[in-house]
Amino acid sequence: MKKYIFLSAIASLALLGCDPEFDSSIEEGDFYTAGDADFSNFVSVGNSLTAGYADRALYREGQMNSFPNTMAGQFELVGGGEFRQPLMEDNLGGLKLNGSVILDNRLVLAVGENGMPAPLPITGDPQTDLSNPLSGMFNNMGAPGAKSYHLLAPGYGNVAGVAQGLANPYFARFASSAEATIIADAAAQQPTFFSFWIGNNDILGYATSGGTGVNQQGNFNPATYGANDITDINVFASAFNDALTPMLENASGGVVFNIPDVTTIPFFTTVPQNPIPLDQPTAAGLGQIFGLYNTQILPGLQGFGIISEAEVASRQVNFQAGEGNFVTIRDENLTDIAPFLQNPPFSLPPEIANLFGQVRQATMEDLITLTASGVIGTPVGQIEFMGTPVPLINGITVPLSDQFVLTPQEQTNISQAQTAYNATIEALASQNNLAFVDAAMLLTEVSESGIAYNGGVLTSEFATGGAFSLDGVHLTPRGYAFIANMAIQAINQTYNASIPQVDIGNYKTIQPSNNVD
Amino acid sequence: MNMKKLMLSSLLFLAFVSAYAGGYRVGAQGQRALAMGHSGVAVVSNAELAFFNPSGLVLLENNLNVAVGATGVFSNVRYQNPNTGQFSQTDSGIGTPFYLAASFRITDWLAAGISVTTPYGSQVEWPTDWAGSHLVNEIELAAIFIQPLVSIKVNDYLSVGGGPIFVTGSVNFNRNLTRSLVDEEGVRSNVEIDDSGITNWGWSASFMFTPTDKLNIGFNYRSEILLNAEGGEATFSNVPNSPAVPAENGVSAFDATLPLPAEWSIGATYQFSEKFMATVQYDRTLWGVYDSLDIAFPESGTASINPRNYKDASIYRIGAQYEVNDRFTLRGGFYLDESPVQAGYFAPETPRNDAMGYTGGFSFNVNSKLAIDASFLFLRFEEIDASYDFYTEDGQQAPFGGTYKSNAFLPGLGVTYKL
Repeated sequence: MKKYIFLSAIASLALLGCDPEFDSSIEEGDFYTAGDADFSNFVSVGNSLTAGYADRALYREGQMNSFPNTMAGQFELVGGGEFRQPLMEDNLGGLKLNGSVILDNRLVLAVGENGMPAPLPITGDPQTDLSNPLSGMFNNMGAPGAKSYHLLAPGYGNVAGVAQGLANPYFARFASSAEATIIADAAAQQPTFFSFWIGNNDILGYATSGGTGVNQQGNFNPATYGANDITDINVFASAFNDALTPMLENASGGVVFNIPDVTTIPFFTTVPQNPIPLDQPTAAGLGQIFGLYNTQILPGLQGFGIISEAEVASRQVNFQAGEGNFVTIRDENLTDIAPFLQNPPFSLPPEIANLFGQVRQATMEDLITLTASGVIGTPVGQIEFMGTPVPLINGITVPLSDQFVLTPQEQTNISQAQTAYNATIEALASQNNLAFVDAAMLLTEVSESGIAYNGGVLTSEFATGGAFSLDGVHLTPRGYAFIANMAIQAINQTYNASIPQVDIGNYKTIQPSNNVD
Repeated sequence: MNMKKLMLSSLLFLAFVSAYAGGYRVGAQGQRALAMGHSGVAVVSNAELAFFNPSGLVLLENNLNVAVGATGVFSNVRYQNPNTGQFSQTDSGIGTPFYLAASFRITDWLAAGISVTTPYGSQVEWPTDWAGSHLVNEIELAAIFIQPLVSIKVNDYLSVGGGPIFVTGSVNFNRNLTRSLVDEEGVRSNVEIDDSGITNWGWSASFMFTPTDKLNIGFNYRSEILLNAEGGEATFSNVPNSPAVPAENGVSAFDATLPLPAEWSIGATYQFSEKFMATVQYDRTLWGVYDSLDIAFPESGTASINPRNYKDASIYRIGAQYEVNDRFTLRGGFYLDESPVQAGYFAPETPRNDAMGYTGGFSFNVNSKLAIDASFLFLRFEEIDASYDFYTEDGQQAPFGGTYKSNAFLPGLGVTYKL
């Protein structure tokens, strides 16, 4: 018995003696302060970027690495509380409605038999079904796809509306009721601190669709907008303000982000305007066809007063042997000459007239979408022209359709809206003494010079740069961690806090995997 | 009773010992020496000499001398990085280094002996996927030294001794492949290398100089021994299914060499009175041999190169003992242990900086033959800001640094038997 006492005395001495203490301990709270802010109940409002969406899907790993979740992890050092997220059921990211898949699995980088890597959806049967909604409140209210005015839209989380496209499938998983709005559910949690990043989709749908939507400037009724339209700047301003106001009520503070320049993302910077290599015979064949078009048809149309001299110049199509030929595109801002070509003196058959209808060659000012990479150069049949068979090839004899190209005019529509949105955001941030993250400037910097971190440089290079996921639009965990750091920096400045930033080198980039079909 | 059980379990589960001296050297090869700052090279007291200075065995009064003991190692390391807010702490597993020493006098001038010890080893267990998991999650090294010995009395002043050392070792090391690679389920990609029964030979030689009855001067040298793990098992797990990743799930062979460095010690003991004795000792461990931990995978022709660049390091020891009465002897000591780790090479697998060891202990003579030896060691490390700068990803260095603070407490028990 005595021996046991002796042994336990030694053991307790050992444990005491063995607990080394730092002079200043992170764990004991000796390092950081929350400043003037209270992080005990942190709520995040936004879209896919807030949700942690990546690789064209929302999946667990992406959510665990969402920028608000990373921020919440750091907030724990200064009194932050639990951060609940509406986690998907698996790491596949596909979404079902009543057992049938309505959204595909995430993209992974698969290496093909030819050794070429390509983004493909990961194999697997997704387990997340909208018929099993989540319950309770969620700190991360990010709903992929949400535009500014959606935050205020009742029924946006109504599962019954998902099939018809009237509701958001992600919000439908965690909306408090069928008629709930995102912002009401967020504000009901009485956040002591919030993040607020909305408006990206007000231009992004238009951009990624190659400008197929409508620029709705002057139309003040968002109920009439399509998914690919640009939101009117006044509609945006009032929706942003109306959604922000309830968040301010109980909060000690918040951080807002502006809207990045969509034209710097890999979705638009990866596929070059001039990707086409041609051998001598092909170039010569194309030279014959388009030579006729350049030297006979276009001047002829100018002679009839149908197109201007400037348009004749912009519509010239030239292919040469070698690398670097520009793709042909359909530009809806050009005069459609197809009807004229079917009439004398040209009298071309309609299918050929249509190919020439609004064709021009791309220039360095056009942006080709990432989705065009699987389209350019693919053969789609052949056609008889001037007695010889001509192969129909996308981007060469068949111009890329509108959805694959963002023309300078479309880019202007986007940048004008973006500039106006950002003026609103910055003004409201400053008016309400909120921390402000200039995401537009930061992501431009990532794109232009890169951001150095411990062990590398973060750039916007598709698949290899580290910042952007395989959809070319959304960020990787490393990219989101960078955003979280920049938000923390802004918060520290605004609220006299001292919250440490994470080492973004510890966060992953894209997923290599051949688990694809 | 309990002690017997403790011994038994130590021997059965001896496996792993915690590093608590420079590098992965574990100084706990005798309770009497340990109680005096682990100074034993010039102390003629009991069979512990078999490890510290085998030449002295012939000087022991009795014909048969046995010393066995084991030490419980309670160690803990904390890590934090104020730049990122990350913090962590090792799991304080209990290591049990042990020793068994015996000698037998054959004639007046010759004694034979045996020594079984665990002078090298390491057990560090960080939480899985902690901030430095790309460097180490867990490491366990163990090496058992088995050494037959002779001790020869050359004349009244000088004796010499030594013998070959047979070493059998094992290694288990687990780390994540990179800072961020995960499989399709988001689980960190990991490699674990494991090998046991790694054997090799070395030797030690020593002398003891006794110019007067009161003064002993001792010297001991133990050779370097390379533990060559050849064809060990490397298990890769949670690696994504992709030819773009230079590894695939499953077991493959690895080769690696872990050096157990040479060490020499010199010391002197002076018997100030019948009851009071003091000793000083200087140890030099030739850690310079530990240049790099290179793990080669012959099947794939790849290798993991991990520069270590250790430097030779010294330990300064003092100790004293006082015989209170026939039954009871008290001991105390101190040592200063220089780390072999150089700036920029501070890897969390052996997170050791300079340490100060405070020791104490006693012997209790149960009867004229049997004594119980107890010791304790408290090892104190200064808080240190350190980094390991030679981890690379995609050819870029990605240093891992922060603040470390370690402690260790080592209570030990042993018995001395003489006949």
